[in-house]
Amino acid sequence: MELHALTVHELHDLLDKREISARDATEAFYRRIEALDDRVHAYLTLTRDLALEQAAEADHRRRTGESGPLLGIPLAIKDVICTKGVRTTCGSKVLHGFVPPYDATVMERLKAAGAIILGKANMDEFAMGSSTEHSAYGITHNPWDLSTIPGGSSGGSAAAVAADECAAALGSDTGGSIRQPASYCGIVGMKPTYGRVSRYGLVAFASSLDQIGPLTKDVRDAALLMNVIGGKDWRDSTSADIPMPDFTRVLGGGVRGLRIGIPREYFIGGIDPEVDGAVRAAVKVLEGVGAATEEVSLPHTEYGVAAYYILAPSEASSNLARYDGIKYGYRTPHWSNLRDMYMRTRDEGFGAEVKRRIMLGTYALSAGYYEAYYKKAQQVRTLILRDFQEAFEHVDVLLAPTAPTPAFKIGEKTSDPLQMYLSDVFTVPINLAGIPGISVPCGFTSAGLPIGLQIIGKPFDEATILRLAYAFEQQTEYHRRKPSL
Amino acid sequence: MDYEVVIGLEVHAQLSTRSKIFCGCSTTFGAPPNTQTCPVCLGMPGVLPVLNRQVVECAIKTALACHGEVVPRCRFARKNYFYPDMPKNYQISQYDEPLVSGGYIELPTPEGMKRIRLVRIHLEEDVGKSIHGENLDDPRASYVDFNRSGVPLMEIVSEPDLSSPDEAKLYLQRLRTILQYLEVCDGNMEEGSFRCDANVSLRPRGAREYGTKVEIKNLNSFRNVQRALEYEVIRQTKALDSGETLVQETRLWDANRGLTRAMRSKEYAHDYRYFPEPDLVPLLTTREWVEAIRHTLPELPDARMQRFVAEYGIPEYDAGVLTSSKALADYYEACLARYPKPKVVSNWIMVELLRALNRDGIEVEQSRVSPENLAELFTLVDDGTISGTMAKTVFDAMYETGKPATEIVHEKGLRQISDENTLVAAIEQVLANNPKEVDEFRAGREKLLSFFMGQVMKATQGKANPQAVSKLLRDKLAAKET
Repeated sequence: MELHALTVHELHDLLDKREISARDATEAFYRRIEALDDRVHAYLTLTRDLALEQAAEADHRRRTGESGPLLGIPLAIKDVICTKGVRTTCGSKVLHGFVPPYDATVMERLKAAGAIILGKANMDEFAMGSSTEHSAYGITHNPWDLSTIPGGSSGGSAAAVAADECAAALGSDTGGSIRQPASYCGIVGMKPTYGRVSRYGLVAFASSLDQIGPLTKDVRDAALLMNVIGGKDWRDSTSADIPMPDFTRVLGGGVRGLRIGIPREYFIGGIDPEVDGAVRAAVKVLEGVGAATEEVSLPHTEYGVAAYYILAPSEASSNLARYDGIKYGYRTPHWSNLRDMYMRTRDEGFGAEVKRRIMLGTYALSAGYYEAYYKKAQQVRTLILRDFQEAFEHVDVLLAPTAPTPAFKIGEKTSDPLQMYLSDVFTVPINLAGIPGISVPCGFTSAGLPIGLQIIGKPFDEATILRLAYAFEQQTEYHRRKPSL
Repeated sequence: MDYEVVIGLEVHAQLSTRSKIFCGCSTTFGAPPNTQTCPVCLGMPGVLPVLNRQVVECAIKTALACHGEVVPRCRFARKNYFYPDMPKNYQISQYDEPLVSGGYIELPTPEGMKRIRLVRIHLEEDVGKSIHGENLDDPRASYVDFNRSGVPLMEIVSEPDLSSPDEAKLYLQRLRTILQYLEVCDGNMEEGSFRCDANVSLRPRGAREYGTKVEIKNLNSFRNVQRALEYEVIRQTKALDSGETLVQETRLWDANRGLTRAMRSKEYAHDYRYFPEPDLVPLLTTREWVEAIRHTLPELPDARMQRFVAEYGIPEYDAGVLTSSKALADYYEACLARYPKPKVVSNWIMVELLRALNRDGIEVEQSRVSPENLAELFTLVDDGTISGTMAKTVFDAMYETGKPATEIVHEKGLRQISDENTLVAAIEQVLANNPKEVDEFRAGREKLLSFFMGQVMKATQGKANPQAVSKLLRDKLAAKET
């Protein structure tokens, strides 16, 4: 097998056996990128010189007797995560030319572990979108069918993993932005519990919802990455000081006796029959290895998207206020006074979807509307959280489709924002509740597009969903299938 | 018509912590622009605030000193508006859940102690500073200095319990004194570490409803607070008397022209779109924490005043003046440590030192006379080296030059003449020159003693020891008689 097709743990084994060097691996991925990325467009920035330096450093560390699961492993990083000395655009013109003077906490941790950064992955502008069509720097194509979208907003990261343009990637998930593209691209994608991974250096979209997480070729790789990026960080006050197990050690625990809830509200109206079929088949697979399933109800599910599209834009309207042309990034070349500079910079710097959400959020927070929108949405959020808490009194995990449909055609939903928003209907409630969720491949449509199974867990119980995902993966071959490119 | 003045004050006190409220940058005033910044206080993409524990403790100290309630759980909120010197274009502040609610400050008024209630005390971050002007690289451009961005501020909001500009000034002075005693704020109005906005309205005396209030900004000294409020009271009185309707608005005090002018009216008021700060967790303050801080509270002005009266036996009024500033009270006690005569020291500080300081409009911290040097001056009087009158001359020189008393006495040749032979010679000369007065004295005009004293002092250029001269004069005059 070609090096680029290997998982993180497979590469690690070869590296540890000295069969390959980190430099070999890095060069293999750049050859793959050169061969494919014109068509896929997963990357916004390639950091070849830096990556080769990091590879040399990793090889040196290994020669001095060091080992480590990520030592010498080439990764792609979503361009919403700040990388010291490497431009970080968030897929937006407004951050044109911005080079962070600091690393995100996850970057510090990855670098300390010896990971190699191949480049920065494309995304919907400021992580606002479900298709990666809202990038100011061009769209990313789904490796399984280049005429379809890879999902979003971490579409570049997902496509890079699916096309073997990296060993694994980091993404961010505010309403489904890791799980939905993972599902569309036939890979594993996990959104950890809110507070599990430090947000320091993650450019904020919606602070109370954003989480960084891994996009990988299999479940073991997700566990490996979580081991490195997770854990308390004093620089993020919302990061939790809750002990984290070695996630690779829990994988093989089996699922016998595990109680799985099937939320009724996730299998109704609008769901693609092939998706429905694949997820129900997955349930059967898990029952076959000893898990007990039962139907549960999450009655407030239908209000999730509505509440999300109040809360996330509200926070975004404030988070994105700093892009004003004064300090960094883009500034309009023509302006007559301060107000004019603000308005032109933001008009020219932001794309249509970002502007739409800034306006939504500004409106929802305005005097006289706050109670009716923001506050009401917070109340809905509490109800949704309570739904999950009640369900978790009876079951250990929940199973659901990751998205109601497989990947859709490029351009299909760009003119209808509401349709686009609904592709997150099954992922958004998990962010609102702050609980962990993982998407694993569970089948393909007749057209050959991947389908994702979403496993949802209790707060800070990533171990159980990883264990279940691993058990499912052991019974299936979907994660081994590769797109023909 | 007879109006009642209603004033409420909002004070922004910069807290004297070493680092900023949400990052580790230094808060030192006056560093070169943008040298005390980091990604967090520059509001770069992806950064997050981390609350400085010390800042919270400063606010809790203030709450305890002002009898406010430290709530067990509070939250920060974002105040959203665009301003070039505000890096995130929102300010992290507190809105509907402040750290401290209620409290009061007591003011001495002619009618006795008056209690001014507080609405709340909350924490927030300061913004940067825009700089425009000709002595910059590009005189047409504006520059921003973010050194101040993220410096901790404590906002103290009073109820509208103040009923005159004088009372407002007194309240501010009192509040500043308390903060200085607590060492939570240096109270420097010129450097902007103690800022004030005032809300003022009038209502017909006895009315229950408040009148239309006007907010006045840009009050950067006690004097300006008083002047601005006095101006505003007159302006509103005239307007109301002529039947005008006042508008609720924000007005800016123009100290140069001595007037307030409209800045923005309520219709154009900002909608700050407050919402809970999602990057910070709720702030929890346990009983134990608050009680531990209570134990660290220093002696506060009232307690210190009462101690001065009891321990040093000085009048309440003097004790009040001496404790009106922590620095002054410290100065007094430093002096006493070297020269333990409380009344002498108190009189000197009250009369000579404060007269000089007030004349020059400076604070005791800026005095060039150290408490040690002042104590030495008293010692020189006590041991007869100089007279009390000479001491005043020496003090003036000390105040001007900052030199120690002995050095000045030496330089000016001010050493007092106590040598009996020298004095007797001078006295005899004076008596010989004024035979008529000598006769009159001996005939019973004893008041003439001071005339002779004056003549002797004149003859010795004021250096004669007055006690010795007085005694010798009486001896001489009595001796001739017999």
